Amino acid sequence: MKLVTVAGPPSCGKTSVIARACGHLAQAGLNCAVIKFDCLQSRDGELYKAAGVPVSVVFSGGLCPDHFFATNLEEAFAWAQSTGADCCVIETAGLCNRCSPHLRGVLGVCVIDNLMGIDAPEKIGPMLRMADLVVVTKGDLVSQAEREVYRYRIRQMNKRAVIRNVNGLTGQGCLDLAAILKEAPAVDGVTEMKLRFSMPAAVCSYCLSETRIGSRYQKGNVKKADFGARHDG
Amino acid sequence: MTGENAILSLRSMTLTAGRDKSGNPEAHGVDFRAGEVTALLGPTGAGKSRFLSDIESLAAADTPTGRTLLLDGAAPTADGRFALQGRLVAQLTQNMNFVLDMKVMDFLRTHALSREARDPDAVARQVFEAANELAGEAFGPDAQLTQLSGGQSRALMIADTALLSWSPVLLIDEIENAGVDKRRALELLVKSDKIVVMATHDPVLALSAHRRLVIRHGAVQAVLARTDEEQAVLARLRDMEEEISGYRTKLRAGEALT
Repeated sequence: MKLVTVAGPPSCGKTSVIARACGHLAQAGLNCAVIKFDCLQSRDGELYKAAGVPVSVVFSGGLCPDHFFATNLEEAFAWAQSTGADCCVIETAGLCNRCSPHLRGVLGVCVIDNLMGIDAPEKIGPMLRMADLVVVTKGDLVSQAEREVYRYRIRQMNKRAVIRNVNGLTGQGCLDLAAILKEAPAVDGVTEMKLRFSMPAAVCSYCLSETRIGSRYQKGNVKKADFGARHDG
Repeated sequence: MTGENAILSLRSMTLTAGRDKSGNPEAHGVDFRAGEVTALLGPTGAGKSRFLSDIESLAAADTPTGRTLLLDGAAPTADGRFALQGRLVAQLTQNMNFVLDMKVMDFLRTHALSREARDPDAVARQVFEAANELAGEAFGPDAQLTQLSGGQSRALMIADTALLSWSPVLLIDEIENAGVDKRRALELLVKSDKIVVMATHDPVLALSAHRRLVIRHGAVQAVLARTDEEQAVLARLRDMEEEISGYRTKLRAGEALT
């Protein structure tokens, strides 16, 4: 089964773009199953169902969504296999911009939109830098010059990725996107695979549901920031 | 990144017939030749912007109209389409505002860099000056893009399209709404070797084109070449516009009309 990981900031159009690409792949005889990793709630399952794509939506709840993703990857893969799909697409929440779900040997896709501000490609970090394919949405809302400047910034952050402008609303570009997904390498399983970028070491009291603020409540892997010299007067 | 900015040459372009908003087949495919200006006419919502968008996205039967774009008679391969994305077409949409949070000169310099201009600073300066000449009110190099007025934004987009975005095809969507001198804008934009396609509601702009496509219900309904009689009408309309423009200038300056 082919495997694709998709990451991107909230509301950038991941689900619209993937659902449309899955539709094109189905027409080409390649059936997709989607697993959506999210945090607290999501309606994306309905969107995929409406598009006729088998979907499983799971929530990390009180856990770090990226750790939750990594610890459930084998089971997610097994579920997708059980649907008989030819291609498994894993959509992750990618909320804190610290992590990247992309795996070595698996097609990694980052979706971002043109409205996020010129420094967004830099801020988004490893999920963009480590991606094989960067999909840029909402290009119809900006000028051509802005699209080109934005693309240039993305290129500065990721020298080798394929960059595509896609419109999630009209579906423009989704056929091309499907053609790229079609070339994703097939894998037998995910066991022993490696993440392209390590996830944060996070074993502090807040990982264990501490809610109170104050040094005396902080235990474990605690890192104090350097805010620079004191400003007196 | 090699090749992303290679110079293109294009002799002809064809947008094949697709279907209208009800799914009925379109009567006309349209051929475009380099050096020719084509105007798109039709009521709002008829599908003019859609037509332009089909060209811009190198449609391959993957847009709602089902049209396909041919370059020099052939549909580009999948790889070819990607290589062409953003280079074949320079486009001025109805967009009147910038979204990116950058200063004008930083933006222009970055755009020049992204286009691999030989002297990015000089090109940026050139665009900046041309935009200021077009805009009703001047703006500085450190102004934020997002704070420019509608007219200033459009002037900057027009100057950028004309001087920085070298492409063999130019698409213009309702430049008359720009709040800038449309005749000067058009002079800056239209170079003889380009394929120019312009959606417009303006009679002077429509008659400035070599031919007109009439768009209705999402499809091309008729292709009309400009007649000699219409050339004469165009000359009259231009005189009228000049007269109106003269009154406008006087009224703006607070003068009484006599």
